[in-house]
Amino acid sequence: MPVVVAEGLQKHFGPTKALLGLDLSIEAGTVLGMLGPNGAGKTTAVRILSTLLRPDGGRAFIDGIDVVREPRRVRNRIGLTGQYAAVDERLTARENLELIGRFFRMSSAEARARASELLARFDLVDAADRVVGGFSGGMRRRIDISMSLVSRPLVLFLDEPTTGLDPRSRLAMWDLIDELVADGMTTLLTTQYLDEAERLAHEVVVIDHGQAIAGGTVDELKDRVGGARADVTLAAGGDQNSVMSAMSAMVRSSGSVVRDGDVLQVPVRAGTTVLNVMRALDAAGVEIVDLSIERPTLDDVFMTLTGRGASQDEPPDTGQSTIAKRKADK
Amino acid sequence: MTATINRDAAGGVRWALHDSINEAGRHLRAIPRSPEQLLFATLQPIMFVLLFRYVFGGSIRVPGYRYEQFLIPGIFAQTAVFGSSYTAIGLAEDLSKGFIDRLRSLPISQAAVLIGRTLSDLVRNIISFVVMFVVAFAIGFRFEGGILNGLLATLLLLAFSYSFSWIQAWVGLSVGSVEAANSAGFLWMFPLTFVSSAFVSTASLTPWLRRIADLNPFTVVTNAARALYSDKPVGDAAWQSLAWAIGITIVFAVISIRKFERVAKR
Repeated sequence: MPVVVAEGLQKHFGPTKALLGLDLSIEAGTVLGMLGPNGAGKTTAVRILSTLLRPDGGRAFIDGIDVVREPRRVRNRIGLTGQYAAVDERLTARENLELIGRFFRMSSAEARARASELLARFDLVDAADRVVGGFSGGMRRRIDISMSLVSRPLVLFLDEPTTGLDPRSRLAMWDLIDELVADGMTTLLTTQYLDEAERLAHEVVVIDHGQAIAGGTVDELKDRVGGARADVTLAAGGDQNSVMSAMSAMVRSSGSVVRDGDVLQVPVRAGTTVLNVMRALDAAGVEIVDLSIERPTLDDVFMTLTGRGASQDEPPDTGQSTIAKRKADK
Repeated sequence: MTATINRDAAGGVRWALHDSINEAGRHLRAIPRSPEQLLFATLQPIMFVLLFRYVFGGSIRVPGYRYEQFLIPGIFAQTAVFGSSYTAIGLAEDLSKGFIDRLRSLPISQAAVLIGRTLSDLVRNIISFVVMFVVAFAIGFRFEGGILNGLLATLLLLAFSYSFSWIQAWVGLSVGSVEAANSAGFLWMFPLTFVSSAFVSTASLTPWLRRIADLNPFTVVTNAARALYSDKPVGDAAWQSLAWAIGITIVFAVISIRKFERVAKR
């Protein structure tokens, strides 16, 4: 049974339609990656599912509980990590964690014990008693996520957890999320990074202009774009036809061959490796300069689905909860 | 130790209080770590007491009072009211940094976010009062009306300052940014506290200004505290200032809590 369900969620801010009937469901213990460009409605969806925002239409349930009717019971079951590390910079990491524990009605001793547990788990012991204000972005994020886990929630919302992090912190964050996933945490992860969804999510829903435009496993989505492609850089005076005939056994008929200068882009069957192609070309005595196998990225998926790249400019929907933003929405 | 969380627990007044105190604790822990807050809460009032007493004290004549006895209640009231601007700034900051979202995603009383904030102002004001009393007694201020009246005067001032924290809660939720909260929460307090009986007798003002000053609730509470500290007849000022404090608290608590739900849900 799915733990998170949304049915026909709608939300508009004045004339701006943020969600136009979004459906999704997340099975227990899986990660749903919600993928879309800025302004697609990802944050709005997370805010509705986490009871922060009332939908204008549609329904949503966490663990079978209606998010609009029984927000308190929902809040007892979720952990939310928004786009901006919501830590109290004036407190230490430990105090931040204990604060949340107390809000979940733990005794002081319980809250302290839970904080220590999380600090150990997220490698924050050395930093535990320092004021959070001095920490790096990556550290803050780690504290932020551990704050979302104090209550051992059934569902974790991670809204663009790596936005604004440097590459190293981003990798560390991926490892951390991997661990949570390994523990069976049901997670909704939003991201604009295609590789992130690919790396972390069991299933992906691609949303654009407030609607899901595709869904499935990452592999399923890639199939819709087509399979892999061999990019063969021909030797000077090299012959396209001899390459094609040498590779005939692995060429995929559903694609078309593209010539880009010296580079020949050949659609190949699933499972084709650099080694397969090399051997075939060697056997036929065809000389080449370079060879690579390009697998479709989720960027290609997005391009196929919408006719434009995921990173194309859109009005920014930072989903940021600043008052300024709210004013702008009015 | 593994804490078991009752995921179907209900709310209620008792838990709203628990949440408010927990939230107030969040702000109070921060005070000793913020030199700026500590200075503001202690050094500034000390400075005011000394400056007004020794710079202006010689040239300001107030009928019926020694100037320190006249001045100190005004400084107390001003400090308490100025301290409430932390609520505006702090709330605006929590909103802009997403901490309010974090709090709202927790199974807590929503009003606790504002009650906790205003309670922390109250505690900070009590700390300021202790420091100011030390300085005040050192320069000759006395509870001339006795301990009980002195206590009553102090409680009136604190109640009044608490009501201003609710005004500031509303300001913090209404303005667009921390910077705006900083000026919007602060600027209006200068005319409020200076066009009053806090530092001079309103009798010395031009008639139109005097009318404003006499109507100013800040004058009412200063007069009440002053009379109680100095063993003078307090008259209607005592209940009037209490009425102001309660009235402002109720009105601004209601509109702030409403505003909070609206602002936060956008």
